[in-house]
Amino acid sequence: MKITSEPISPDTLRDDLLNPSAGAYVSFEGWIRNVNEGHDVLRLEYEAYEPLAVTEGLVVIEEAIARFSVLNARCVHRVGLLEIGECAVWVGVSSGHRDEAFKACRYIIDEIKVRLPIWKKEHYVDGNSGWVNCERCATHGHHHGDSPAGD
Amino acid sequence: MIKNLTIRYFALFRENAGTGEEIVSLDAETAADVFALLKDRHGSEEPTGHCKVAINDVMADWDHPVADGDTVLLFPPVAGG
Repeated sequence: MKITSEPISPDTLRDDLLNPSAGAYVSFEGWIRNVNEGHDVLRLEYEAYEPLAVTEGLVVIEEAIARFSVLNARCVHRVGLLEIGECAVWVGVSSGHRDEAFKACRYIIDEIKVRLPIWKKEHYVDGNSGWVNCERCATHGHHHGDSPAGD
Repeated sequence: MIKNLTIRYFALFRENAGTGEEIVSLDAETAADVFALLKDRHGSEEPTGHCKVAINDVMADWDHPVADGDTVLLFPPVAGG
């Protein structure tokens, strides 16, 4: 589990999962898209509390390895300002067979989205901005976020 | 009982509070008490959705007790991925 402000290079990360016992490799990449809930998105800003994001991310990965009996799994999450099309998160899983690799990869990305202390702020083309998932928790301040989580 | 606590705010909570960290004295028993007593700082009535709390860098439940000298980290709804 790694939090980084540098661009993610999935081809390089994949090499760390190479294993002679592996018959399958499944990966997931989350990309920055240009629209969310009708808003034209200019860029996204990710923030993480790195110590606990890494700790909790490792717990999620260990859970996936144990639950689905895969050989290995990794995750890297970007922070900072990201432009449209950039990779925000990468998950890679190697295993003996494809079924458990697909399941473990899905489990990791789903859990990471709801458990790790990571936040994203959408900057819209119209100049507004908003923290994703925070539409109901703001009672003051200059908050315009009314869009749910993306992918 | 009044406790001296270090509060750390993140993302939207930091923007609302106007600071990432402050030391406060609160009559609080649990993390939920801290959240409620500081609602005018972080801007949220209750810890809805995926709001989370950590005490001294360990994820905690909202009913976890707080002690004098603790650092309480208040996380607004998370949105990784």
